[in-house]
Amino acid sequence: MKLKANIATSENGFIFNPATGDSFTSNAIAAEILGYMKSGGSEEEIKKKILENYDVEPNQFERDWDDYMLQLKEANLLDL
Amino acid sequence: MKQKYERPTIRKMNTGLMNKFGTRTDFDPVETIDGVQVKSLVAEYGSPVFVLSEKQIRRNYQAAVRSFKTRYPKVQFAWSYKTNYLNAVCRVFHQEGSWAEVVSGFEYHKALGNGVAGNQIIFNGPDKKEADLTLAVENHSLIHIDHYDELYLLIDICKRINKTAKVAIRVNFDTGVYPIWDRFGFNYENGQAWAAINKIITAENLELVGLHCHIGTFMLSTAAYSVAATKLCDLAMRCKMELQNPVQYLDLGGGFPSTNTLKGAYLPGVDTVPSVEDFAEAITNTILNFGFAADELPLLILESGRVLIDDAGYLVGSVLANKRLSDGRRATILDFGINILFTSNWYDHKISVAKEAGQYTEETVLFGPLCMNIDVVRESITLPLLERGDQVVVHKVGAYNMTQWMQFINMRPAVVLIDMQGKSHQIRKPETLAYLEMMEEIPEYLK
Repeated sequence: MKLKANIATSENGFIFNPATGDSFTSNAIAAEILGYMKSGGSEEEIKKKILENYDVEPNQFERDWDDYMLQLKEANLLDL
Repeated sequence: MKQKYERPTIRKMNTGLMNKFGTRTDFDPVETIDGVQVKSLVAEYGSPVFVLSEKQIRRNYQAAVRSFKTRYPKVQFAWSYKTNYLNAVCRVFHQEGSWAEVVSGFEYHKALGNGVAGNQIIFNGPDKKEADLTLAVENHSLIHIDHYDELYLLIDICKRINKTAKVAIRVNFDTGVYPIWDRFGFNYENGQAWAAINKIITAENLELVGLHCHIGTFMLSTAAYSVAATKLCDLAMRCKMELQNPVQYLDLGGGFPSTNTLKGAYLPGVDTVPSVEDFAEAITNTILNFGFAADELPLLILESGRVLIDDAGYLVGSVLANKRLSDGRRATILDFGINILFTSNWYDHKISVAKEAGQYTEETVLFGPLCMNIDVVRESITLPLLERGDQVVVHKVGAYNMTQWMQFINMRPAVVLIDMQGKSHQIRKPETLAYLEMMEEIPEYLK
């Protein structure tokens, strides 16, 4: 699960895809995950960090992770 | 201390013209209803659960009565049983001074059971059984005749039991709102109503005491009521002048809308729906200016239902699951659907979360729990991010849902009334399999 190299993100959750011109907003946790992904974190590492920092059950986050990846894929932001 | 979690989500930004009216998202959680915690209601009565506010019912009733009584000297409301005929609800209205308006035999018996005097029950509708009509005649109830077959049946009954029935006819007419509800009652324009009135006057055992109409439902035009009142007044005046039979009352029926937003409406109901004051102004001005002598003004009867109870009702439910549809749209499955929220067929109900949520929202489709494709509560709604088990509160569900609900796939849930002191009372138990099977019989050979 890697972000496309040309995707621009900001700390406050703004996402821009220069290839398509699409822009997105994201909530705080989504922006944080994007930041980890941009800095090359693996899926396991990112999940571990989120579970350490947030009040969420692993099962719940696992479901939400899959949904989030689906959103990124739908938005054409992932390098598949 | 770990941070509060919210599931990760992104939203595409669209460029284009802004909606000049704006659409506000209701982030504000509804954590309590009349001071009672939503969480505790679910813990005590289960989810989903209908919740009714007695305070709001009484407030609505008193405000509506005030709107009419400050404009017209003789006003009487009759609670429309079909809107919500839970006995506790009916009794609140009767305590406030409302008569009963019923449209079937079992509603008639319910009204009697709720202590309403026979002569304060208005019996409407096209389906009045012979036994029910006989009882209504004996109780001196106000029988509103719907068709000629009923008129002749009533004449026969009165002859048989040697009693006089107090009757009115339901009149339908063109008020400029279409379709005309001409399937009910006798038509004004083609002379049928006048012919029916003449028939009643000549019948020995019928006493014409009133005239009735009910021009539609969720009416958005006050002008239609002015037209209706004018035409009823015209008939009333002719009854007095030509037949020497002045009528005692004009019943303008119901049909006033609540502030729910109809499906397809561009603006929310709260901004577009006329108030009861507006309807009162239209109706009473027409009658007062028609030319009745001050001491001959007829009693004005209103049969309002929806407007008096819709915003006093809430449906509390829970999120069963979240999923994503094939086109990327978010979908949320709730534990209630069109089985118990019949009005989601008509309205885009306002739905709130029941606990503090983040400011980030997403557009989602709200589905009910039924294994049926049509079970859609909202086709599109912007809500804070919901998780399984979160509670939501649907607003303005007090009218028709607790009478038109279906026992289909799921049982019907409990209904709770929060009294004037903020105490909750279960006024209808949740259904059980035993209740459902109580009416079934198994033939011997299948046992």
